[in-house]
Amino acid sequence: MEGISDLMAGFAVVLSWQNLLYMVIGIVLGVVIGVLPGLGGANGVAILLPLTFSMSPTSAIILLSCIYWGALFGGAITSILFNIPGEPWSVATTFDGHPMAQNGKAGEALTAAFTSSFVGALFAVIVITLAAPLVASFALQFGPAEKFSVFFLAFCSFVGMGKEPPTKTIAAMMLGFALAAVGTDTVTGQLRLTFGSTELLSGFDFLVAVIGLFGIGEILLTMEEGLSFKGKASGINPTVVWQTWKELPRYWMTSLRSCVIGCWMGITPAGATPASFMSYGIAKRTSRAGEKFGTGEIEGVVAPETAAHAAGTSALLPMLSLGVPGSPTAAVLLGGLLIWGLQPGPLLFVEQKDFVWGLIASMYLGNVVGLVIVLTMVPFFAAILRVPFSIIAPIILVICAIGAYTVHNNTFDVVMMLVFGVAGYFLKKCNYPLAPLVLAIVLGDKAEEAFRQSLLISQGGFGIFFSNGLVSTIMIVGLVALLWPALSNLYGRLITSARPT
Amino acid sequence: MAAVVALLGVITVIGSLQVGIGWGAEGPKSGFFPFWIGLIIVATSLFNLVRAYNNGSRKLFASWHELAQVLKVVFPLTVYVGLIPWLGIYLASALLIAGFMRWIGRYGWLLIAAISIGLPVLTYVTFEMWFLVPLPKGPLEELLGL
Repeated sequence: MEGISDLMAGFAVVLSWQNLLYMVIGIVLGVVIGVLPGLGGANGVAILLPLTFSMSPTSAIILLSCIYWGALFGGAITSILFNIPGEPWSVATTFDGHPMAQNGKAGEALTAAFTSSFVGALFAVIVITLAAPLVASFALQFGPAEKFSVFFLAFCSFVGMGKEPPTKTIAAMMLGFALAAVGTDTVTGQLRLTFGSTELLSGFDFLVAVIGLFGIGEILLTMEEGLSFKGKASGINPTVVWQTWKELPRYWMTSLRSCVIGCWMGITPAGATPASFMSYGIAKRTSRAGEKFGTGEIEGVVAPETAAHAAGTSALLPMLSLGVPGSPTAAVLLGGLLIWGLQPGPLLFVEQKDFVWGLIASMYLGNVVGLVIVLTMVPFFAAILRVPFSIIAPIILVICAIGAYTVHNNTFDVVMMLVFGVAGYFLKKCNYPLAPLVLAIVLGDKAEEAFRQSLLISQGGFGIFFSNGLVSTIMIVGLVALLWPALSNLYGRLITSARPT
Repeated sequence: MAAVVALLGVITVIGSLQVGIGWGAEGPKSGFFPFWIGLIIVATSLFNLVRAYNNGSRKLFASWHELAQVLKVVFPLTVYVGLIPWLGIYLASALLIAGFMRWIGRYGWLLIAAISIGLPVLTYVTFEMWFLVPLPKGPLEELLGL
C-alpha cells in the first residue's frame, strides 16, 4: 500500500518537537478563537497567516490547520455552557447541549460534544486519507473546461443548499467575483476596474475581506445584541468523562449517520453549518427518544457535533485534491498555500508529498491532542468568556487591525477592513450569505482563468463545457444544484395544484 | 441593501466596458468576465428589490438603540483607523482600548492602564521581536528610540 507508507512518512515529518509545539499552540489558540465572539476559524486563520510567511510551509499549515480544529472544538464550549454559539455550526448544539448544562449535566454534555467531534473529524480524516489521492490522480487529467466545471459545481451547490434566498446567494457570490476581478487581469496583465485609484492596483486582498467581514462584522452584530454572558459552571472530571464514554457507544448509529452527512456536506461546499442542522433534524426524526429532543438529550449533542466536525474536516479534501475549498476557513488556508508558493490542486500530491502527507498526519494527531486539551482545560476556556465584552471588544478590534495591516504592511488595508466590516454587518442583517462571497474572492481569478482558457480553446463556443462525458456530467449536476430551489418550488406547486382536482 | 448591491453591479459593468468586453486578438478581453458578473449582480439585485418591496414586510431593520450600540463601535474604530498613520499602531491601539473601556465599560483607571499599555507591549514583543514583522510606528516610538 503506497498510501500507508506515504502516511507514515507524513507522521515522521510531523513528529518533530517544533511541529508538535506548533500543534499545541495552534489548538489552544484555536479554542480561544472559537470561544471569543468576533473571532472565528476563518478570520483567526486570516489574522495569523501573515505571521507564518517566514515559517516552512509544513509547520505553517500545521499551526493554521490546528487553529481550525481548535475553533471547531471551541464552538461547543460556548454553546453548552453559555447558550451562545461561538460559531455558526454549533447553533444546533445549543438545542440539547444547553438544557443538559441547566440540568446540571454540563460535564456529560461537554464530554459527549468533544468526543463526537473527535469521532466525526477522525472519520473525515480517514475519508481524506483514502479518497484524496484517488481524486487528485483523477483530477490530473482535467483541462481548463473540467476545472471550470468543478468551480461551477462548487458555487452552484451554495445556491442549491444554502438556507438563504437563492438570488441573494447569487448576488453575494457575484459581488465576490467582481471584487476579485479588480486590479490586474491575471490572463492579459491589463488593469481593470481600478477607476484610476492607485490603492486598487493590486486588487482586494481576500484576507482583509475575511478579517473585515467576519471579524469586524461579527463584533458589530454582537454589540447590537448587547450580549451579557451568563454561563453555567462546568464540572468536568475523569469520572464524568468515563461515565459518558461508556454511554456513547449506544449512539453508534446516529454517530455513523452524522459522519456520512458531515462528509458529504463538507466535500460539496455546503459547509459545517447546514450539516449540523441536517444531522440534528434526522436524528430527531429517527431516534426513539426523538420527542424528548430539545430538553437535554445526549443524542442531540452527538448528532450535530459529529456532523459539524466531519464537514469541517472533509472541507479540506476538495481543497487539497482539486484546489476548491469546501468552507471559508479552507478557502483562507488555500490562500495560505498560494502565499507560501504552493500550487493547490492535484499536482500537490505529486510535487509536495511531504507537505500533503504531513498535513494529513497532523490531522490525526491534531485531533487527538485537541481532544485531550479541551477535556482538561474547559474551565480555563470558560473563564475567558467571563471577561466583560467591553474589554474583549477593543482588544479584538486591535488584533483585527494588526492582522489586516500585516497582510501587505499597508495602512490602506486597515481602512478596507473597516469598510468590509460595516458592509459585512449590513449584508448579514439583510440575510446575504458571506461564505460564497469570500470563496468567490479567493477563487475568482482562477475560475475566470479556467473559463477564458476554455473559451480560447473552443474559439468562443460554449459547447466546450459539454464536449465530453465528464465535463457535461459535472456541468449538469451543477445546473441542477443551481436550479434546485426553483425546481423544488415548482414541484411543490405542481403537487398542491394537482391535489384539489 | 439590494439597491446598493445593484449600484456596485453597475460600477462593475461600467468598469468592464472601459477595458473592452468583446473578443480581442488574444481571446476574450479583460472586461469580458466582470461584465457578465456585473450584469448578473444587477439582475439578481433587481429581483431582490422587487421581492423586498412585494413582501411589504416593513420589519424594522434595527432599533435606534441597537444602531446606537453599533455606532459605539464604528465611531471609535473609524477614529482609530484614521489615527494609525499619524500615531502608529501601538499608541492608537492603547488609546482605542482605554477609550472603549472608559466610555462603554466605565472601568477604573488602574485596570484601563494595565490592559491598554499591556496589550501593545505584548504585541510589540510578539510581532517585532519574535516574528520580526514591523508594524507602523509613530512619534512616540521615535522618542523611545525603538
